[in-house]
This record gives sequence, structure tokens and C-alpha cells, in this order.
Amino acid sequence: MSHDAQVYVRSQTEFDYIKQKRKKDMRNQVTTFGIMIFLTLISFTAVAAGFSVYLIVPVILLLAAIQVVLQLYYFMHMSEKNHQVVAFFLYSAVLLAFTFILTFLTIIWWG
Amino acid sequence: MSSIAKKKGFGATLWDYLTTVDHKKIAVMYLAAGGLFFVIGGIEAMLIRIQLAQPDNDFVSAGLFNEIITMHGTTMIFLAAMPILFGFMNAVMPLQIGARDVAFPFLNSLGFWLFLFGGIFLNLSWFMGGAPDAGWTSYASLSLASPGHGIDFYALGLQIAGAGTYIGGINFLVTIINMRAPGMTYMRMPLFTWTTFVASALILFAFPPLTIGLFFLILDRMFGGNFFDHTMGGNTIIWEHLFWIFGHPEVYILILPAFGIFSEIFALFSRKRLFGYSSMVFATVLIGFLGFMVWAHHMFTVGLGPTANAIFAVATMAIAVPTGMKIFNWLLTIWGGSIKVTTPMLYALGFIPSFVAGGVTGIMQAAAPLDYQLHDSYFIVAHFHYVIVGGVVLAILAAVHLYWPLMFNQMLSEKLGKWTFWFFFIGFHLTFFIQHFLGLMGMPRRVFTFGADQGWDLFNLISSIGAAFMAVGVIILVVNIIITVVKNVPAGNDPWEDGRTLEWAIPQPVPFYNFKQTPLVRGLDTFWIEKQEGNKEGMTYAEPLSDIHMPNNSIIPIVMTFGLFIAAFGALYNGEKDWAIPVIVLGLAITLGSMAVRSIKDDHGFHIHKEDLMNDKGGK
Repeated sequence: MSHDAQVYVRSQTEFDYIKQKRKKDMRNQVTTFGIMIFLTLISFTAVAAGFSVYLIVPVILLLAAIQVVLQLYYFMHMSEKNHQVVAFFLYSAVLLAFTFILTFLTIIWWG
Repeated sequence: MSSIAKKKGFGATLWDYLTTVDHKKIAVMYLAAGGLFFVIGGIEAMLIRIQLAQPDNDFVSAGLFNEIITMHGTTMIFLAAMPILFGFMNAVMPLQIGARDVAFPFLNSLGFWLFLFGGIFLNLSWFMGGAPDAGWTSYASLSLASPGHGIDFYALGLQIAGAGTYIGGINFLVTIINMRAPGMTYMRMPLFTWTTFVASALILFAFPPLTIGLFFLILDRMFGGNFFDHTMGGNTIIWEHLFWIFGHPEVYILILPAFGIFSEIFALFSRKRLFGYSSMVFATVLIGFLGFMVWAHHMFTVGLGPTANAIFAVATMAIAVPTGMKIFNWLLTIWGGSIKVTTPMLYALGFIPSFVAGGVTGIMQAAAPLDYQLHDSYFIVAHFHYVIVGGVVLAILAAVHLYWPLMFNQMLSEKLGKWTFWFFFIGFHLTFFIQHFLGLMGMPRRVFTFGADQGWDLFNLISSIGAAFMAVGVIILVVNIIITVVKNVPAGNDPWEDGRTLEWAIPQPVPFYNFKQTPLVRGLDTFWIEKQEGNKEGMTYAEPLSDIHMPNNSIIPIVMTFGLFIAAFGALYNGEKDWAIPVIVLGLAITLGSMAVRSIKDDHGFHIHKEDLMNDKGGK
């Protein structure tokens, strides 16, 4: 950071563009929030309705996975530009963790 | 900082190093501390070979022998090889990408001190009732049964040192992602930077399992846990999995930077662009991924079942493909080059056959049925010494010669360097080649002695003689370093004359702010491009000269680490001494207190002003 850095003033067009973009982001976030509440309701209902465990467990796990993705993309801004490196590391970690859990389940505890 | 430079006294220099956040000084400390542990681990290796030089030897007792082999392995991996590589990463990587420092200079210092105090803690076990004795893998069924405090030192010491490594790894990742100079795209990064990047990513993913495993071990041994105790519903195999999920990527954390160093050397001394640059990058990333998918090949004989063994056997063999790509690329880099056989190049040329031999025996062990025969024999010992000594240690020795002028502005003697190489190289093959046959003849690893009637006498003696050769090589290197430091002849800029990457373009001695102006990178091997176009300065600049922002030095990292060091002693004697819990609390209070000080106190660093940069002293 040098002392002679320039102060940048936005033009009217840029201002309008950013305002419009933020409005869109806000709408997305509220929509996502709504979807997530709905998914949570489904989970609770499934348990309360007393369905078979073999139905409830996979359904809840699936809904949880969807919620994680929504959380990452809409609340933690992974849908925006220049997040490729973050996404790459995240998916690598997911892949590795999945392998480890699968192995532990199959060859330590079930096998 | 812009006052007139004057010669500092000893106290001031010491204080400077204790508080420094400069990546170049931290690199020197990593190199010095890692070098010290390398010598300690080497002495332990010599003791092993003296004990095994003749049958029915009683040079050391069986118990002490177990402690020596455990500490030899642990010291060499965690306290010698990795820190020395971290030293080179610190010294070279920021300069290669045109950065003024790493992304988090404070954390860099913290990482170093954590490693050093963890290493000291581990080695204090020698003087405080016996070292760990369950092998460097410390399998839970052995380590839970080990009397005394040896294993406690292992678990706590590695926990502290491991935290340092983890911090260092994250720091390098952020540095490479965020702090590359303009024009330095990912596909223009020198190979050493690429391998640092991938090795750091491996650290990011591999160290958490180790941390968990060590915490389980600490809880089991010191705080009444039962994670690995099958009589209490635990499972001893979990330690093996956690250890190897870390342990296998760990060997790639070691070998990938070694590959990077050799890639630099081959291009530099063949005076050619690295052959197949993009395939080298691809192979590095692929090895990084596959490194995580193969850990159970260390556990073929555990009884995982044929399906699991087959999957891990095939995955293991797949690693030979990207590694083979690299070998061919190096050969084709040398092919048709204008080769200069300097000491680093000699190491690089010696590395290829040695490492290929280690790789081939690795593929043999990847075949699970054959591994049932080879498991726990000297064949395994021979294999991993071929890849680690033939790969990592040769790279470290090569890098000491290659980067010495960059780090200290002095040239190590080429003549003595070549003597080191030949003694070490011949000694290395003499020691370990014959161990393959000892393994095939049935000699198990980790035995403290053998009988005269077993037919292993001669081969063991030859192996021990080889070890003495390696020791002579290392002693010559130490003499070489001492002579060079005493002579102190400045080496100047671009000492190898054919430098290709940015680190060689910097004036010597390297200013503490690295680059007066951030360079503009115009391609792979940017310094080479500038030299070819007749640019005397060796750099095109991306910005006008302006003020440089620098971080302040800080003593907090060492205090923070010292707190953990104290707390570790409390944990060690938990349940045995009355003062154990208060000491844990005191230690953690020091650590958390210094964290609080760091968080609350604003430290904005300082600026080197443009006017000071423009005068002769260059801001010093």
C-alpha cells in the first residue's frame, strides 16, 4: 500500500449496475433461505410422520447435502467470480473425506 | 529502519533472529535447526549400523536399540527432511514468484518456533527417562503398552511440531495463490513453486488426520481414554488408518519439493527449458491426488480382505504413471542440452537411477500377494531408504549447494562438494542395495541383533561400511560449509551464470524487502527471457518506484510457542505429579494470553520511503 494511492469515484452507470446486482443477490439469498427452511420442514415432518428408518435416513442425508451446497453457493459467495481455487480445494477435501469415511465404514466397522 | 546501517553486536543479532518475520531469515533458521536434527538423526543411524555390523553384538541393549530406531525415523522425517525443505521453500519460493514476503510473515515465524520447540521437546526424552520405542509409526497396540514416558514425548512433541508444519503449509498456499507478481500465471510458475504448492495442499489435507490420531493417543495414554483399547470397545486399527492417511501423503510432501528442486537443476544446468512443463505440472497434481488414495498399502497384512487389498494395490501402481512421466521429462530435458556437471547437477544425475530403483521396488510391494512375503523385512527398509535418501536427501544436498549462494551470497567449494557427492552416493548404494537381499534372505526389520548362524553377517557388515562412507560425505559437507563461511567471498548476482527464474535476478545480498519494484513476468523462465533480450538489469518492472509496506518484527510467536512447550510437560506428568494440572493451565494461559495480545494490539508495520529506496543504501 503506497501513500500516493488514488481514491476512486464510481460513475453513475457503475453505481446503478452495482445497485441492481445487489438487489438480485438479495433476492437470491431470501429465496435460498426460504428453500432451506422448506427442506428442514420436510426433514422434521418425515421424522414426525414416523416413516421407515430406511427411508428417513437417506432422505435427511440427501437434504443435508443440498443445504450445504446452497449454503456455500448463496451465503458464502462461491457462486461469484474468482472462487475457482476455493472451489477446487473444497471439492478435493470433499472427495478425500468421502474416501476416508467410505473406507472406515467398509473395512473397519462393517468388514 | 531507514537509519544508517551499522554492524550489530551479538545480542542485537540474536534478538533480530528471535523476533524476525523475514522469510529469508526464517529460512536460515529452518536450515540450521533442520541441519542439526539431520546430524542427530545421522548419529542415531550410525549407532544402528554399529550394532548390526556383526552378529550377536551387545553395543546397545535391545530396549535402547528400539529407542534409537524410533528416534532415527521420527527425527529424520519430521525434524530434518521436512524443516530443511521448508527452509528452501521459504528462501526461494517468494523470490521465484516475485513476492516481498510470504502472505502471513507472523505465522511464518510462529510455524518455525512451533517446529523447533516440538523437536526439542521430543529429543528431551533422551534425558528424561527414555525415548519413544514403538517405531516411528507408533502402532497403538505397541505404544499403549510402552512403559515410561517415551511415547508421551512422541505424541506431544509431534503435536506441537505438526501444528507448526500445518501453519507453514497454509501460509505457502495463500502466498502462491495471492502474491504472484503481475504476469506470473499458474502455468508460468517455476516447478519448485508448483511442487511447494502441491506439497502444501497435501499438508493441508494430511495433517488433520495425524492431529486427530495423536490426540487420541494422548487421551489414551495420559487422560484415561480408550480409543485404541479393544478391551474397552476401542479399535487399535483406527490408529493405523489415521497414521497412514497422514503417513502416505507425508512421503509425497517430502518427495514433491525434491522433484521441484531437481526440475530446477536439470533446466538450469542443461541450459534448456524444462521439457514438457505442462505435463510436469499435471503429473505433480496427479501424484498429489493419488497420494491420498493408497494409504492402506502399508496395511496389506493387517487383514483388510482381498477386495480392499486389490483396490489399494491397483491405486498404488497407478502412481507409477505420473512419476514415470516426470522421469522421462527430466531425461528429455538433459537430452541435447549444453550440460554443465556442477555439484547440484551431479546430485540430480545420481538421483534418477537411485530413485527409479526405489520406485521399482515400490511397485513390487504394491502387489499385495508379494507384499505378504516382503512385509516387515529388510526389503522394505531398503525400499524406503532408496526413495527417501535417493530422492529427498539427494535433493536436499543438491539444494544446499545450489541455493547456498542465493541464501548467503557465498559459493560452496565445488571440489569439496563433488567429494561429498561421491562419498555419500557410493556409501548410500553400499548401505542400502544389499539390504534388499538381506530382506529376501529373511532378515526382519527392527531386530536389534541376529545370530552368527543365520548367514547375514557379511551383508550386514558391508551395509555398515557403506553407512560410514555416507558419514564421511556429510563431514566433508560440514567442513566445506565452515571453510566457505570463514572465507566469506561474495558470490554476487546469478552465481551459476545460467539462472532462469526470478530468484537469480535479485541483486546480492538480497535486500530485506526483496524487490525494489515488483517485476513483470513475461513467460516461463522470465530471467532467462530478459537475459536473451539483452536486459542488463534482468527484470522488467510492473510498477513505478514507490513506498514499500513491511511488517514489524515480533517476539510474540516464540512466547506463544513456549506456553505450549510448558503445557506439554504438564500433560506428560498428568496423574503422576500434583503440579501437572496447574502447569497445563499456566502453559495454556501463556499461549492464550499472547494470542490475546496479538489480537488486541494493532500492528500496522512500517513503510520504507521512496526517497530512502532511491539513495545508494537502498533503504537499509
